Amino acid sequence: MRFRLSYFVIITSILLFAYFYSQNSIVTSSVVFTAIPFALPLALAAMVGVMCERTGIVNIGIEGTMLVSAFTAFFLGAILKNISAGLFVGIMTGVLVGLLLSVMTITWKMDQIIAGVIINIMAAGITSFLYRQNYSIPSTFTPIDIPVIGDIPVVGPIISNHGPITYLGIIFIFGLWVALYKTPWGLRSRSVGEHPSSADTAGVSVVRLRYINVTIAGAVGGLAGSYLALEAVGIFERGFTAGKGFTALAIMIFGRWNPLGAFAAALFFGLSQAVTNQLMIDEVVQIPQQFVTMLPYVLTILILAISAGKVRPPAAEGIPYEKEKV
Amino acid sequence: MAMMQRVKLQSLTVPLLSLLIAFLFGSILIALQGSDPLLAYQVLFTKAFGSIEGIATTLAKATPLILSGLAVAICLRAGLFNIGAQGQLISGALASAWAGYSFVGLPFLIHIPLALLFGAFFGSLVALVAGLLKAYRGVHEVITTIMLNSIVIALADYLASTPFKEPDQPITRTPKIEESARIPDIFGLPFGFFIAIAISVAFWWLMRRTTTGFRIETIGRNRSAGWYAGISVKRVIISSMLLGGATAGIAGAVETLSITGRFEPAFNAGLGFDGITVALLARANPLGVIPAAILIGGMRGAASTMQFRAGVAPEIVDLLLALILFFVTAPILLRLLKRKEEGISLSSGWSN
Repeated sequence: MRFRLSYFVIITSILLFAYFYSQNSIVTSSVVFTAIPFALPLALAAMVGVMCERTGIVNIGIEGTMLVSAFTAFFLGAILKNISAGLFVGIMTGVLVGLLLSVMTITWKMDQIIAGVIINIMAAGITSFLYRQNYSIPSTFTPIDIPVIGDIPVVGPIISNHGPITYLGIIFIFGLWVALYKTPWGLRSRSVGEHPSSADTAGVSVVRLRYINVTIAGAVGGLAGSYLALEAVGIFERGFTAGKGFTALAIMIFGRWNPLGAFAAALFFGLSQAVTNQLMIDEVVQIPQQFVTMLPYVLTILILAISAGKVRPPAAEGIPYEKEKV
Repeated sequence: MAMMQRVKLQSLTVPLLSLLIAFLFGSILIALQGSDPLLAYQVLFTKAFGSIEGIATTLAKATPLILSGLAVAICLRAGLFNIGAQGQLISGALASAWAGYSFVGLPFLIHIPLALLFGAFFGSLVALVAGLLKAYRGVHEVITTIMLNSIVIALADYLASTPFKEPDQPITRTPKIEESARIPDIFGLPFGFFIAIAISVAFWWLMRRTTTGFRIETIGRNRSAGWYAGISVKRVIISSMLLGGATAGIAGAVETLSITGRFEPAFNAGLGFDGITVALLARANPLGVIPAAILIGGMRGAASTMQFRAGVAPEIVDLLLALILFFVTAPILLRLLKRKEEGISLSSGWSN
């Protein structure tokens, strides 16, 4: 049934796309094109959730990770006048936040929800205290025109001409899917998230694997934050991640903790925003701006209400691992 | 009796030490920015607690924080993390402002309670969405309440800019409330503060002396044990969210009716989020919320003076609060003190 549903979704979207493309090819491609920058930070943030939760750690601090990373990426990029250095610093900041979350949840065995919320509050506090006006980065990452793919009719203009972090992110998402389902690391990670004591008996170090995964996930959160600051927007404002880290959790759940499923869910989110924007520009509908702002949040709640209960999270999620426990 | 005293003292050690360490960290950051941390803290505390007017301001600032702190604390007791106090508070603030300016000619004895009731009702309405989704669909309340915050903020902004807007005004805001809805000051102290204290005591009584409180406590400690004992988990989840939402709504209403006098989107910012810090600092104790809120209210109230006199950005308060929160909840201090104290724990995971 699951496979049929995904086929159904894919076929319907292709048919819908073909219909709209035949009606107005330019607008349709541009809408799908702009859906990608809307979707990418959500998709990357959802990968953070997938990596953590598959090993049994609930990460509600994605929002904070993205916020701090965007902050350091932007301000170091601005001070050093070098956005690549900014990107590096942003990713390293994510690593540090990931390590902090690991210490809090794995070593100290704190309640994982509280630990995540603390990270979010600390991120908001630090960034709003250190925030300064009148800084700017030399430029954002420039779009790349991919040689061969860019020339494919219909698909080419949609896929080509995005920034480097976008491509890096998409490659990572597919790579994570392969790693999670086709490699020993993936099998170990998933077993630690489902039944840590069995994994431990089989010789997997639960604590070490959780540390590694949560820390790498932090780096991905750093990438997502850096993307916002250095490629998508090119500025930093207080609290400018605007709940994306939480929406990402809904996307992760909607995608059944599967990287590709979450990517598809993120694209759906991005598309819904791109379509709304286009409708506003064309003045097809007159929606007050506030309702457009609301859209992703309402969608998040709706999706959770529909999919929760039908999906099964990793079994050991949220429970600190005690080696002695039988 | 002596033991009781010792237990009370011990439960104070961690919050107080956390404060101390957070201020130490903060002073390093202030010094790094080239300002004088001692001067900054001195200004902060003399402004907040050093004079009668200062204390009155502090208590006025603390009033909504006591209530939003209670809104978080009561849900924590039930094992729910209500980080949506902000949205519930804004909903309550707007509803009470509407009740405050729409009803004309009521005596204040009816008008004030009516406006408060509007606040409580619309605050709990927002929380009800999260409660129902949690109880019937197993959707985690942290995500829904955060999303509801953003939805309510956008919705309130729309309402205050279009249907409820003050006519012939460029600013997005509602008309001023009627004089009969204004909560007065008593002996220079805001009367709202006493309302907040009364509600804290009521919650303390509810948790200590009633079966409802016992049910909430049991479900909060061990959901399945409570279920086996025959307590309806769904009902406890929904009723504690309703209570929390109503309290946050009253927080917004009291702020509107005694301080701001109308609804404007920029008002109330952060009051609900500070409630999280208040509740965790008080370890979800309804009476402990009062000193925690006074402390944070004092810092908030004096932040701008500190900026003026010591040149430190008022956002230092956000940073200090975050650090306090970290040290209060992280068990490092407890480890250092070599003491086993129960940390606050919620049932983690998405689907329980």
